[in-house]
Amino acid sequence: MKVLVPGIAGRLGRMLAERLLEKGHDVIGIDRRPFHDPPAGVEVHELDIRKRAAEDVFRRVRPNAVIHLATVTHLVVQSEDRYRINLGGTRAVFEHSATYGVDHVVFVGRHTYYGAAADSPLFHVEDEPPMGLSSFPQLADLVAADLYAGSALWRYSSFTTSVLRMVYTLGPTGHGTLATFLRGARVPTILGYDPLFHFMHEEDVVGALITTLDARPRGVFNVAGPQPVPLSVIIGETGRTNVPVPGPLLSAALGRFGLPRLPRGALEHIRYPITVDASSFKRATRWSHTIDERTAMRAYREAFPRPATY
Amino acid sequence: MRLPLPIDPEVRSRVDRLELPWNELGIDPYGVSKDYLAANFTALRFFYKHYFSVESHGLHHVPKRGRVMLVGNHSGGFALDGIMVIASMFFDMHPPRLAQGMVEKFLNKFPFASQISSRLGHLTGIPEHAERLLADERMLMVFPEGTRGTAKLYRERYSLVQFGTGFMRLAQKMKTPIVPFAFMGGGEAVPTISNAVTLGKLLGLPYIPVTPWLVAVPLPAKLEVYYSEPMFFEGTGSEEDEVVAANVEKVKDRIASLIETGKKRRRGEP
Repeated sequence: MKVLVPGIAGRLGRMLAERLLEKGHDVIGIDRRPFHDPPAGVEVHELDIRKRAAEDVFRRVRPNAVIHLATVTHLVVQSEDRYRINLGGTRAVFEHSATYGVDHVVFVGRHTYYGAAADSPLFHVEDEPPMGLSSFPQLADLVAADLYAGSALWRYSSFTTSVLRMVYTLGPTGHGTLATFLRGARVPTILGYDPLFHFMHEEDVVGALITTLDARPRGVFNVAGPQPVPLSVIIGETGRTNVPVPGPLLSAALGRFGLPRLPRGALEHIRYPITVDASSFKRATRWSHTIDERTAMRAYREAFPRPATY
Repeated sequence: MRLPLPIDPEVRSRVDRLELPWNELGIDPYGVSKDYLAANFTALRFFYKHYFSVESHGLHHVPKRGRVMLVGNHSGGFALDGIMVIASMFFDMHPPRLAQGMVEKFLNKFPFASQISSRLGHLTGIPEHAERLLADERMLMVFPEGTRGTAKLYRERYSLVQFGTGFMRLAQKMKTPIVPFAFMGGGEAVPTISNAVTLGKLLGLPYIPVTPWLVAVPLPAKLEVYYSEPMFFEGTGSEEDEVVAANVEKVKDRIASLIETGKKRRRGEP
């Protein structure tokens, strides 16, 4: 099968490419970032998915499946640019897939779609609306991209759409929002709050994508492996120091004293949990995780030992 | 998640016997923590066994495993009744069970409240949580009188106020047996003479109970819990109001008769 992967140059993209090659697929990657030292056999195009040249790749290659990884989170790119990448890029992926005869499009979204709030349920199910936007408007483009991808379910009958809402990634590559948040020696938390965090090992993330490609489930699915874990436990198990700070003080202290820089709304995500019910994905694909939460935390700790502090 | 609090080894071993799906770190999928439970029940042990010397009657009516709802009356100006029912399930059931309560939504906004209550298994009071816990074969504790019930004054201590109907629709939908219980003595431990509503509102609470010694520090009154045999109600939970209300009355009547039995016993009658 010919599999096109927009956003291949990230750490997850590389792992996915390797696994797809192992399974005997042809892998074609598109990314505007350079893909250094790609696995042998991957055809890489260094260009922007929204540009005409990307459409040429679809026309020439005629992929059977597309796994869309080219969305960016709040910590990497400034908001204006990110809006255009996340929404314009997602639109281009679906339109080209319809025009050039793709059979299956997989949109890789995030479980933060649901948002974090005092009265939100543990274990969100797929039919819930995104309630977290009022407290964290910076996530609007990701939520919009998720809903736009979901609309492909009724707009395009020529191909199957799978919208995945993946929990955080944690593992030896240090890829993802949670891994970035844990990078320093001291991790800030809000005094008196210790939310559950839902994460899975990156090997399992890739495994879930491969399974999605095989099982072709149609619809919107939460994807999670092991049970969630309180943030304080994650901090302890990864060898970091928990620094509980009163809420109002923390927003002032972010970005100083070795603390990571975060948007204000992100504080809601360390105050209240976002956890998902992934049972419908497991039913539809028979996928299950292979790496438990403790092993994932240990793998991260070994790859990123606690930095020395002075 | 080790806590800097004393833990009784006997309590610890009871926590180990709770039949919940713990992970390697002693945390269940809802974030309930063995260490928190052990510290909490160690602290409660003195109050349960000695200060209030709580007596549990009819424990054989409570199913040892599987989904169940404990439904009872409020007694005492704050959550004393709920805490002691949870302790009764933990200390007097063999094997022990974790009764999980539903916490008022407003509490989640305060620091520590949501952290501590969720580590002990008491989730925010929303229907999604109640259904999920029952689907997972847990024990849910419900006080259908709500805050109207905790606001009872000393002279009203053995009366029942209006019951909500949500618990009945939930039990019918989730095919869950209801074990009615009566909680006795909370009114003597916390004799409320008045409720300070305005002061409560200022602090973001529904009201604050006022006792003859002003603050609601409970007296060492004798507390008792009477459990009755399980009640089953057929249906889907989307029946007409009258049907559900009639079922609710049956539970309320059962609790009222448990209270009568308890009152007689407390007076020393046979």
